[in-house]
Amino acid sequence: MIKNSAAEMSAALSNGATTSVALTQAHLDRISEVDGKVHAFLYVDTHGALEQAKKVDDARARGEKLGPLAGVPLALKDVLVQKDVPTTCGSKILEGWRPPYDSTVVSKLKNAGVVILGKTNMDEFAMGSSTENSAYGPTHNPWDLTRIPGGSGGGSSAALAAFEAPLAIGTDTGGSIRQPAAVTGTVGVKPTYGGVSRYGLVAFSSSLDQAGPCARTVLDTALLHEVIAGHDAKDSTSINAPVPQVVAAAKSGDVKGMKIGVVKELNGDGYQAGVRQRFEESLELLAKAGAEIIEVSAPNFEYALAAYYLIAPSECSSNLARFDAMRYGLRVGDKDGASAESVMNMTREVGFGREVKRRILLGTYALSSGYYDAYYGSAQKVRTLITQDFNKAFEKCDVMVSPTCPTTAFKIGEKADDPLAMYLNDIATIPVNMAGIGGMSLPSGVAPEDGLPVGFQIMSPVMQDQRMYSVGAALEAALLSKWGAPLLSQAPALGGAA
Amino acid sequence: MSSLSRDDVANLARLARIEMTDQELENLTTEFGVILNAVARVQEVATTDVPATSHPLPLKNIFRSDVVIPSLTPEEALSGAPASEEQRFRVPQILGEEA
Repeated sequence: MIKNSAAEMSAALSNGATTSVALTQAHLDRISEVDGKVHAFLYVDTHGALEQAKKVDDARARGEKLGPLAGVPLALKDVLVQKDVPTTCGSKILEGWRPPYDSTVVSKLKNAGVVILGKTNMDEFAMGSSTENSAYGPTHNPWDLTRIPGGSGGGSSAALAAFEAPLAIGTDTGGSIRQPAAVTGTVGVKPTYGGVSRYGLVAFSSSLDQAGPCARTVLDTALLHEVIAGHDAKDSTSINAPVPQVVAAAKSGDVKGMKIGVVKELNGDGYQAGVRQRFEESLELLAKAGAEIIEVSAPNFEYALAAYYLIAPSECSSNLARFDAMRYGLRVGDKDGASAESVMNMTREVGFGREVKRRILLGTYALSSGYYDAYYGSAQKVRTLITQDFNKAFEKCDVMVSPTCPTTAFKIGEKADDPLAMYLNDIATIPVNMAGIGGMSLPSGVAPEDGLPVGFQIMSPVMQDQRMYSVGAALEAALLSKWGAPLLSQAPALGGAA
Repeated sequence: MSSLSRDDVANLARLARIEMTDQELENLTTEFGVILNAVARVQEVATTDVPATSHPLPLKNIFRSDVVIPSLTPEEALSGAPASEEQRFRVPQILGEEA
């Protein structure tokens, strides 16, 4: 049962083949069995999950009309607040904190009857590409436990790949939904910026952060997308427009006559041979399904990474100033006569990890008087150029595509001491965040040289998210008929009763 | 060539209110040399004729009506406080002894 899609679980709940309590218990059991090896979860809310499941079962028994995901379990990235459930953002500075309110994403999940199993591991404050920056230890990739599950949302992607949950929520500032999806053989979507409310999402880089749906199939991802999306007056950057019809697009999977633009600059040198091979194969399948494949150029994408590592740290240095040891979280050194400033200094030293400190200082520098124009100001101009590249390309095509990442999952520890090498993981995902458009990663197979999953990225214009779902569903169907079974059936067993 | 001295990095740490160890300052000074060289590439294309983008959406001044809506109770708002007293956050002394 736990290996089914969320849509299949939903059908089994509707027709009485199972109950939400049974389904939730099966996932809790799976977590008990395998999470010692995977470490996807920071907190498992056994009691709260079973209580919510019972509520849904009771409502169903009363004949109430329920949404499509009512009673289906989900794993929540630990950067979104859920009332009374510990939220750490993978940081020691928030250890033990229980938020007094629900994020809008959580409110919407609860209203839809989705069962929240617990909070998933992540790089501290979502800064990283491997989940190694979590203060609570790394998450392990279910395909190979010695490898990273991606980051920052490695807990969410690993939970899906290990069948600990059929649905998960991630957040994507520079690729933190899509890159983990790529390296674990799962699906992840960064909606258009403003498509999903950021209220209650602990901010890292406010102009780039976007919460989104993660799952094992394109349709499941779409079903979750429609649950969490929509205008929210509590987020002033929320778009006040109808939610794109992503479920309908995922169900039809029709790409006949669609123009798919291959980004010339996001391929070739620096991309692993098996990644390129799977990408080319996917393009052929999409052409067979009736799409027209063209090449598009985005000459300024090569500056995206540099601009990102100025903009994101700048915004982070400002956003993380709120962790001042005064109103919530850790407080260190508060003894008689200690000043507020020394308490702040000591708390931030003890509470923040290495990458977070590195980015706070980098941002402080980029925003400082005398350097602002050269660094932050220039990065903002690059952001304009990248957006113009997208706009020009989208005049010629309906969606743009690339490999999601240059390589498959690397070994835990391999890049931990080389920040620049780590940052290069995000080279193909960052342009999407800079322009605020939508991006999806779905599995395109495994690389022959290492047997590890490869991701295929689809990018769609602002509030045209349904387009990436059409293309994703078409490719998924073509690949499934080629493989004969979902890609995750090729992953090694983790033990347990599944 | 962008570079920062150890004193520059120590000053940034002071501005960011992080009490760093000597070892951390040493490491960051080295890392910043490499990172700043990489990110300085933005200057190659950021010419004066290119407008800046601070945000992906062309939104400004989103207001709500000035009416009271339900919000956290004082108990909820103080629930995560390291220390509180009389419905207030209790903080270490802000002014020096001589004040």
